[in-house]
This record gives sequence, C-alpha cells and structure tokens, in this order.
Amino acid sequence: MQAVETANALANGLLGAGLGAGLIMIGAGIGIGLIGGRATEAMARQPEIAGTIQTAAIILAALIEGATFFALVIMFLMQGAITG
Amino acid sequence: MFATIMLLAALTGAVQAHGPAGETPAAAEHGTATEHGAAAQGGHAAEEEHGFDILHHIQDSREIELPGGVIHLPAKGSWMIAGVDMTPTKHVVFLGLTGLLTMVVLVGAAGAARRTGHEGAPRGRHNIIEAMVLFIRDQVVMPNIGHGGERYAPFIITLFFFILFSNLLGLLPWGATATGNISVTAALALLSFIMIEVAGMRALGPKGYIGTIVYIPHGLPKALVPIMALIMTPVELVGKIVKPVALAIRLFANMTAGHVLILAIISLIFVFGSLAIALGPMVLAIALMFLELFVAFLQAFIFAMLVSVFIGLIVHAH
Repeated sequence: MQAVETANALANGLLGAGLGAGLIMIGAGIGIGLIGGRATEAMARQPEIAGTIQTAAIILAALIEGATFFALVIMFLMQGAITG
Repeated sequence: MFATIMLLAALTGAVQAHGPAGETPAAAEHGTATEHGAAAQGGHAAEEEHGFDILHHIQDSREIELPGGVIHLPAKGSWMIAGVDMTPTKHVVFLGLTGLLTMVVLVGAAGAARRTGHEGAPRGRHNIIEAMVLFIRDQVVMPNIGHGGERYAPFIITLFFFILFSNLLGLLPWGATATGNISVTAALALLSFIMIEVAGMRALGPKGYIGTIVYIPHGLPKALVPIMALIMTPVELVGKIVKPVALAIRLFANMTAGHVLILAIISLIFVFGSLAIALGPMVLAIALMFLELFVAFLQAFIFAMLVSVFIGLIVHAH
C-alpha cells in the first residue's frame, strides 16, 4: 500500500511536470502567434518598412522564447528532483 | 577582456565540476532515466537494453570524444590553483578554443582593416567579419546606447562573437557547446552585469547611481518619499539582478534545449532498433540543425542587443 502510494505520488509529480510543459507551450504559442499576426498585418499596411517589422518580430519572439525557457528549466528541475 | 571572460568562465566551470553545485548537472543526471522515457514514444524496454544515453552528449565531462578515440582529461582535483579546482573539463577546453578562435578572427580582421587603410574594404574573409562588426556597432550598440556608445562597442562586439563561435562550435560533429553550460552563461552574464553597473556609475556619478536603486520620481510630495523609497528599492534591486540572470538562463536553455531535441529525435532510430525508419528522424534532425544554426546566431545577437539596451537604459536614466 505504501509502495503504491509512493508510486502514485511520483506519477502525479511527473504528470504535473508534463502538464506544466504543455501549458508553457500554450502561453508561448499565444504570445508568438499574436506577434506574428500583428506583424504581418503591419507589413501589409506598410510594405516599405517590412524589413524593420520583421527584425522587430524576430527579436520579440526570441524574448518570449526566453521566458518560455525559464519555465521549461523549472520543469526539467522538477522532473529531475522527482526521479532523483 | 578575453582573458577575463575565459578566466571567469573557467572558474565557474571548475567550481561546477568540483561539486554538484550547478542545478542542471544534478537534475540532468537524475533525469537520465526519464530522458530515456521522454525520448521513446514506446518500447521502454527496448531502449533500456540499448542504453542510449542522450545526456552525456550535452553535459560536461572529463573526456573529449574525437573521431580517432577519446582524450582523457585530468581527474577531478588534479590541477589545484590557490585551493580552487581548475582541472579542465570538456566545456572548459571548448571555452578556451572559443576564446582562441575569437581572438584570432577579430584581431586578424582588425589587422587587415588597418593594413588596407582608407582605400577600401578589406577583401575576403576579413570583409565578412567587418560587415558583422559594423552591423553590431551601427544597428545594435549605437542606437541603443546613443552618444558615448563607442566605448562600449568593443565589449559588445567581443561578447557577440564569443557567444556566436561558442554556439557554432557546438554544432560541429564531436563539438561541445560551452554556452550550453549554465556556469559559462552565468559568467558571461556576471561580466555583463559588472559592465552595466560600471557604465551606470560612470555616466551618472555616485549620487545618480544611487538614484537608480532608490528610485524617487521628480515632483513627489516630501511625505511620500520614504514610502516610495521603501517600496521601490527592493523592486529596483531585484530588477538589477534579474536581468542578467534572465540573460544567462535564456542563452543556456536555448542552446541545451536545441541539442536535447535533436538528440531525442535521433535516438528514435535506436529505440526502434532498425535502420529502415532512419530516413524520417534524419530528415527531421537535419531540419532542426538548420533551426539550431539560426538560433545560434539569434541568441548571440539577442544577448548582445539586450546588454546594449541595459547599458543604454542605465546611462540615460536621468
């Protein structure tokens, strides 16, 4: 019974880590998707500064990805602590 | 400057190698078993027999794998300098290689530029380096720092090329990414933090610099000043610390995650245990390698740009 409970606790912990990673991806997807949408809209309105907009979009997407990776690192640590 | 970067990174690398002080190695070692599970869609038993260990390709180690064989580096604690364990590990060796490469490339390009003088652009490979250096100086450093930016341009350019070469060395076969080690990125972030704060002190003077920590807006009624100081000071201090930490984690996580992904896709071949399905993972791995190449450039650029933005913010804080 004790072993089953411990195993359930470990499984639940790992489930939490997995769900966390998925939720992170939703956040990142929404953020970068919004950037993509607004950037292409702006490029359509003013094609002559499309280059500037593209550079800004790439930089902003990389910044959002940076935030995503913080959370991802936390998930890795969680997973490591659980199975460690 | 290079010596400082290399020394600091080597120090942090040595300290990390000394004991499980870094979070990631400990987590990664523990995570090996789960990495197998993460890599395999199914067939856990199969890949435990094959024992394909992804993580040893990413972690720091005491041996360098080469096409001919393995170079064994000195054991832990062999090179003690002033009581600090300075034994070279794989990432430290690649860090030194990166520093050497950066020095050779940049000093060579500068020499070529000086030799051609004002007649025209240097030709050949020095032209590429000059194009990138001018891009960093004119599009990244000067717009973000404004006047007085030239004195910070060498640091930012060096930082950019150092991170770029370190990232690219990790993409070569049998290469290791030094920036995929949290200690290395932490060292780079520490140096950038020192640079930013020194820039602030230089530009604002001691009183102005304290003003960036104990932030009091102009025209605030006298009664509210202590309350404002009490609330804003921890916020400003945390902001000062968090920004370099974010830089370090961003670079580290980008480099490591890319390699983990590619290794996980390639390990699918080992999981299925047959070469018949090798085409799918290999095509995907090649596409991901292109993405990794792009990410290598992008992350070096983002690091350099953010450091310039932070320097610009603190230099123009008044």
